[in-house]
Amino acid sequence: MRIALLLALAALFVAFPLAFPWLAFVFTLVISKGFAALGVAVLLRAGLISIGHALFYSLGAYTVAYLSRGAGVTDLILQLAGAVAVSSLVGLIIGLFMVRYRGIFFAMLNLAVSMVFFTLLSKLYALTGGTDGVRIGTPTLFGTTIERDTLESILLYGGLVLAFGVGYLVHRYLKSPMGEALPAVETNEIRLEYLGIAVPRVLLAAYVASAGLAGLGGAMYGLLVGHVSPELAYWTISGQLVLVAVLGGIGGVVGPFVGAFFLEIIRSFAVIYFDNIWNLIIGAGLLIVIFFLPRGLYGLIERATQRGPRR
Amino acid sequence: MTAPLLSVRDVHVSFGGVRAADGVDVEVRQGEVLAIIGPNGSGKTTFINLCTGYVKPHAGSIHLEGRDITRNTPRQITKLGIARAFQIPQLFTEHRVIDNLMLAVAARQGFWQVLAPLDQPAHRQRATALLEMVGLQDQAESDVATLPEGIRKLTDIALALALEPRLLLLDEPTAGVSSGEKFPLMDRLMNVLRSQGVTAVFVEHDMDLVRRYADRVIVWNQGKVVADGPPDEVMNDPAVLRDVVGVI
Amino acid sequence: MDIIIPLLVDGLAAASLIFFIAVGLTLVFSVLRVLNVAHGSFYSIGAYVAVSIGGWAASAGLSPWLSFPILLISAALVAALLGPFIEATFIRYTYGKPEALQILVTFALFLIFEDLQKLVFGVQAHYQDAAMQVLGVSEIGGIIYLNYQLLLIALAVVVVVSLRLLMRHTRLGKLILAVVADPEVSVTLGINARQVYSIAFTIGVFLAALGGALATPTSGVAPGLGAEAIVLGFAVAAIGGLGQIEGAALAAVIVGLSRVIAIYYAPAFEPVMPYLVMLVVLLVRPYGLFGTAQARRI
Repeated sequence: MRIALLLALAALFVAFPLAFPWLAFVFTLVISKGFAALGVAVLLRAGLISIGHALFYSLGAYTVAYLSRGAGVTDLILQLAGAVAVSSLVGLIIGLFMVRYRGIFFAMLNLAVSMVFFTLLSKLYALTGGTDGVRIGTPTLFGTTIERDTLESILLYGGLVLAFGVGYLVHRYLKSPMGEALPAVETNEIRLEYLGIAVPRVLLAAYVASAGLAGLGGAMYGLLVGHVSPELAYWTISGQLVLVAVLGGIGGVVGPFVGAFFLEIIRSFAVIYFDNIWNLIIGAGLLIVIFFLPRGLYGLIERATQRGPRR
Repeated sequence: MTAPLLSVRDVHVSFGGVRAADGVDVEVRQGEVLAIIGPNGSGKTTFINLCTGYVKPHAGSIHLEGRDITRNTPRQITKLGIARAFQIPQLFTEHRVIDNLMLAVAARQGFWQVLAPLDQPAHRQRATALLEMVGLQDQAESDVATLPEGIRKLTDIALALALEPRLLLLDEPTAGVSSGEKFPLMDRLMNVLRSQGVTAVFVEHDMDLVRRYADRVIVWNQGKVVADGPPDEVMNDPAVLRDVVGVI
Repeated sequence: MDIIIPLLVDGLAAASLIFFIAVGLTLVFSVLRVLNVAHGSFYSIGAYVAVSIGGWAASAGLSPWLSFPILLISAALVAALLGPFIEATFIRYTYGKPEALQILVTFALFLIFEDLQKLVFGVQAHYQDAAMQVLGVSEIGGIIYLNYQLLLIALAVVVVVSLRLLMRHTRLGKLILAVVADPEVSVTLGINARQVYSIAFTIGVFLAALGGALATPTSGVAPGLGAEAIVLGFAVAAIGGLGQIEGAALAAVIVGLSRVIAIYYAPAFEPVMPYLVMLVVLLVRPYGLFGTAQARRI
């Protein structure tokens, strides 16, 4: 049933952009945000809320920009891999400090680090192009140059395949001892220590994974939009990633993508029909989910598609 | 006489002026079941917290088989073979009973897997066996958050047993367990301990349990060990009866 | 040397403004145990209301000296209209809930307020500096100071002192402290904890709105102000120790001075200073300068 639901969602994902080409861009954005929100969701499972993951999201995009302009690495796959590697590595370094903190302090330290990063992005003009940001050129694939249109198709359909692959790995991770320990950190950290489990290591693994996922999403974003500026690292983007994760549901891998879908669809329509109030709609939606749908929108979809009660 | 498994020497600790341990010496011998009794607030739980590194002594030392563990963390001490059960059960309330146990089993058997499932046959079998030891085989799939206190208490003890400790510290193991269940539980527990050669220390209020199950009793009062010996001897000591047993 | 003193005054005036944000945030946290992201919205709403009323007063030809009561009235208006209402409708349902959830609820409120402000006040920047103009400048030792900046510093000191007096020497303060110490016991003692929460939250809103209002004469108000204010407020509150009013004051001064130092030596890094200070402080003292850890009893 679950698999069927997933395939149905994937089919919709493929069919709509074919029928309405302008949706291709929006849907790719959904995948990109979905990856980053999935990273945030991994930490949320341990009760850790990061208001700073825009750091890794923008780092992914800036890495791609640097690889293509500064280092001459134009291959799409290498750029994505490089972005994941760099953001994971930075995640490891920052994570070493972060795993000592919980609750509000974790949230605020992430916020602080990301704000430092944001400011540096704006001020280190020589490195980052300052507040104007940097352009990201169209990459090559296996040595051949590709057109902008082709790139968009590759990002959408390749991104979908990637989402399934990465989603499966994250799913396996969440079901492993290391992944199951995450909610246990929230419910009873002391008992984990008394089982001989090093909680900081459990959290560090989660932090690195979440940074890598956010970096992957950011790299896709950069390639899709063809430009990256410091705003991508601002705390409101971090807040948005958390919002997307919770909106969709943090219980599983699909939720964050569903959340990203709703966010981007609402944003697309808002631009056309009700400009200036889409934050309001998203904020109200988040409140509704928090107070009435504890398992997120994906929980709602799941419930609607099955008859029997679920544990 | 063999060397003690655990030796606590001249340990001092106080919280805001209250002396929970004031020059305490305790030796736990290999294979024995030691009971610690004393009035509320006398520092019995602190003794367990000290032995497992949750509370650090201001002075004195704690050795496990000659190895100094005074400054070690709870995790390191757990790794060295001391497990504890808690007075208030400490469980993972968003997981089922069986998941709680499987986490403990995984912690013992190799935790650092990121792609193999927690719920794998080896983990599940061992977890089920542990639940049977404490008589909870029917509760495996229950959500921990909804369980009555007695069952949570047993789950908590099973978590400690999952670590296959050399020394098990139990903080009022039968508090919250219904009176009819106390003796069957302790019988089962003692069987497990004896058959696996586990040394145990339990903090207890229930004098009947102490008489029946302890090899030795330590009486703790106002941060000091005031009596130490076999149960029938210690618990018939007039001073102990007056100062401690009488007020429990 | 002669550049340092004006920079110090600048730094302290800036410190006063961020103190107003942080102190409300930290006060609300100390009583309600909620970290309120929407606090930044109250700051910017205070600013918008002050500018709007001030603009109306100016066009009606009222005396510029009326700017000062207007700033105060604006903040009181925002607090009275929004404080009890938001506390009763949203914040109340997050008491005792996980911190992640509290942050999310208040973040949702922040987003909603962001757009409401755009709908009501538009997206252009507003300025209203009558209060600054009317106070003029003074010259001390050959250096010219904006009197308004000196007023800001004095007002911050007044707020620290009056909050201290309020907490230590009034009935309300004692009620608040009782609720902070033990909500359950205070209820059994007949204290209306709900009312105390509502009042404390409203005082927090008032302080934020006052900060926003007081900021307008020097810096105006534009979209994004609330987002900037709240992260600065977080940084200062965290440095001082969440829930510590005097801590917030000290932290504001440290942050203000650190910015002065940055302006002096590396101007490009001025905006990064609050967060750098926060990182350093939290790495050394995880609960902030005045904060303390609470051990869990097992």
